[in-house]
Amino acid sequence: MPENAAAATPLVSFDGLVKRFAGVPAVDGVSLDIRKGEFFALLGPSGCGKTTLLRMLAGFEIPDEGRILLDGEDIVPVPPYRRPVNMMFQSYALFPHLSVAGNVAFGLKQENLPRAEIEARVAEIMALVRIEPFAGRKPHQLSGGQRQRVALARALVKRPKVFLLDEPLAALDKKLRAQTQFELKELQRRLGLTFIIVTHDQEEAMIMADRIGVMDHGRLAQVGTPADIYERPSSRWVAEFIGEVNMLDGVVSSAGAVDTAAGRLPVAATMAAPGARVSVAIRPEKIRLAREGEPQSGIGLPGQIASIAYRGDMSFYAVTLDSGVELKVAVPHVARGMTEAKAGSRVVACVANDACVVLTQ
Amino acid sequence: MSARITHRSGWARRLVVLAPYLWMAVFFAIPFLIVLRMSVSQNAIASPPYIPVFDPSAGFEGIKAFVGALSFGNFRNVFSDQIYIYAYLKSLEVALLSTTLLLLIGFPIAYGMARSPRALQPLLVMAVILPFWTAFLIRIYAWVNILQREGLLNDALLALKLINEPVAWLASDTAIYIGIVYSYLPFMVLPIYSALERLDESLLEAAADLGCPRWKAFWLVTLPLALPGVVAGALLCFIPVVGEFVIPDLLGGSATMMIGQALWVDFFSNLDWPAASALAIILLALLLVPIVLYQHMQARTLERGSRW
Ligand SMILES: Nc1ncnc2c1ncn2[C@@H]1O[C@H](COP(=O)(O)OP(=O)(O)OP(=O)(O)O)[C@@H](O)[C@H]1O
Ligand SMILES: [Mg+2]
Repeated sequence: MPENAAAATPLVSFDGLVKRFAGVPAVDGVSLDIRKGEFFALLGPSGCGKTTLLRMLAGFEIPDEGRILLDGEDIVPVPPYRRPVNMMFQSYALFPHLSVAGNVAFGLKQENLPRAEIEARVAEIMALVRIEPFAGRKPHQLSGGQRQRVALARALVKRPKVFLLDEPLAALDKKLRAQTQFELKELQRRLGLTFIIVTHDQEEAMIMADRIGVMDHGRLAQVGTPADIYERPSSRWVAEFIGEVNMLDGVVSSAGAVDTAAGRLPVAATMAAPGARVSVAIRPEKIRLAREGEPQSGIGLPGQIASIAYRGDMSFYAVTLDSGVELKVAVPHVARGMTEAKAGSRVVACVANDACVVLTQ
Repeated sequence: MSARITHRSGWARRLVVLAPYLWMAVFFAIPFLIVLRMSVSQNAIASPPYIPVFDPSAGFEGIKAFVGALSFGNFRNVFSDQIYIYAYLKSLEVALLSTTLLLLIGFPIAYGMARSPRALQPLLVMAVILPFWTAFLIRIYAWVNILQREGLLNDALLALKLINEPVAWLASDTAIYIGIVYSYLPFMVLPIYSALERLDESLLEAAADLGCPRWKAFWLVTLPLALPGVVAGALLCFIPVVGEFVIPDLLGGSATMMIGQALWVDFFSNLDWPAASALAIILLALLLVPIVLYQHMQARTLERGSRW
């Protein structure tokens, strides 16, 4: 229950973290608190510094500036092999000369635990991720999905305070990925561990994470729950990065409306002063299509269907408004069978005032 | 038309498969059989200098006479002669010790190469093979020059006042070891380097992540993964050093005789081809052990490589 834990001191605290490679910042002033038991996702485009941030927490990169606190203690001077943090590598990095059981036991052997305890914990974790049938095999004798589970077990068996996963599912096919996402989430809940996962798949981040940190060019653009980030993006960049969006530039006309090329749009109360240049973001599924003359909710923008893309569970409409603005509209297929709407049909796009988000940056 | 193509490519494929066997037959099996047949013959002042000579015109009787005249006398002679036994033992001793020295010197060099900046590595590999551009014999003669009484080494040591009298480096076991280590170092360094160079850096990070300090990761991860390279390097040095002739002959003293020298003496001085052949056959049998080991190791790495 991350909401309840909010008051507790954070487990991990990044404080003004900067890392430069040859003078170019890869991580550029990240401050972030992660709570105990939280499933946190770092999301961002390729090259935005997600891996670098994770590697600094694991101890493979030394930050140029800032501190990393774990349980309130600065761990920057602690070498990686002494940090109570474990990482699942994107390439899995399984030891090719050791068997599956040997790989899983590797970390526990470093702790000089009694043999019996090592064996018990290895057996337990192998049962948990269902890899016992391959215990004696070498990594090259496993499928991609099996290797991924071995990598998972090898890190989890250490019972880390923080478990780091760098794009753990990138190598899996879509179906196996969906199943593993569910399993990872379940595992995290059951073990009560803190997970930090790196991904550039927004759907994956939304499904699994309690909170998401969206990164761009080494900075955190927004941190929040999946719903926060999707429904209330803090900037144009975040709104466009997460999901589909219609972005309309305009000028605030009064407290509750913005003048755009598509007309005057009703918006929820905004901080921006009248006359300020802003953008209005509208998610495609928040626009309703009505036939001309039908009752409308919110403001109605008349136009014509330019094209329809069928996607199974819904259809994606491109609507050219009479004002010339093009809108993307998602229409769920609630009932079976196609509606009679087709390219060229006249429609009215209905935009309710709670559908619009005003973005000032 | 298409049938013809299949037919042809079938032939081509068979040829490709057969090629290594043909190679082995022409350059290994047939010479080996000739040496084997010589080793059970007797020395004779004739041309060729051994009997019996197989006479195909005598038919079956000829074969019978030929086989009847073969004997293992040469092998009995070898095993009853102290000089030969000593030469074998000396060869094994020299090979074992110099392989150990080569490992101790070669591994750190290979390790350093593999850890140096990527852009520099091709240059370092070049530097390792550079000595091959000069003929082997010339390089060994150069060492004669360096190691002799008025040679470079003594001059340098005297100039540095590390010694007061010139040291007799040449004609000693030390000189043999210097020559062998110098000549064979690339054969040790390159296989180890190629194994270390392929080592995935993230494996060492994973080891550190799991609580393993760097020095320990070297033993638990780096070394096991470099082992095929170490074994290949060790065998590439050990096997030819056992039969080495030029280095002990030019740099070694008269008190030391390695089996290669014994062989040379029998073959060229005593003109006893059968005795020399017997020596060679025994040498081959001795070397079969490490060769089989090497084959086994290679098969294992191949198997590992196939799915990576
Ligand atoms: N060892 C390094 N040396 C030089 N530059 C580096 C190094 N590691 C990362 N960088 C640079 O730092 C930036 C951030 O890299 P990072 O690996 O953190 O990105 P990422 O967000 O994980 O991207 P991806 O999603 O593609 O994995 C990139 O521009 C990258 O080129
Ligand atoms: Mg990355």
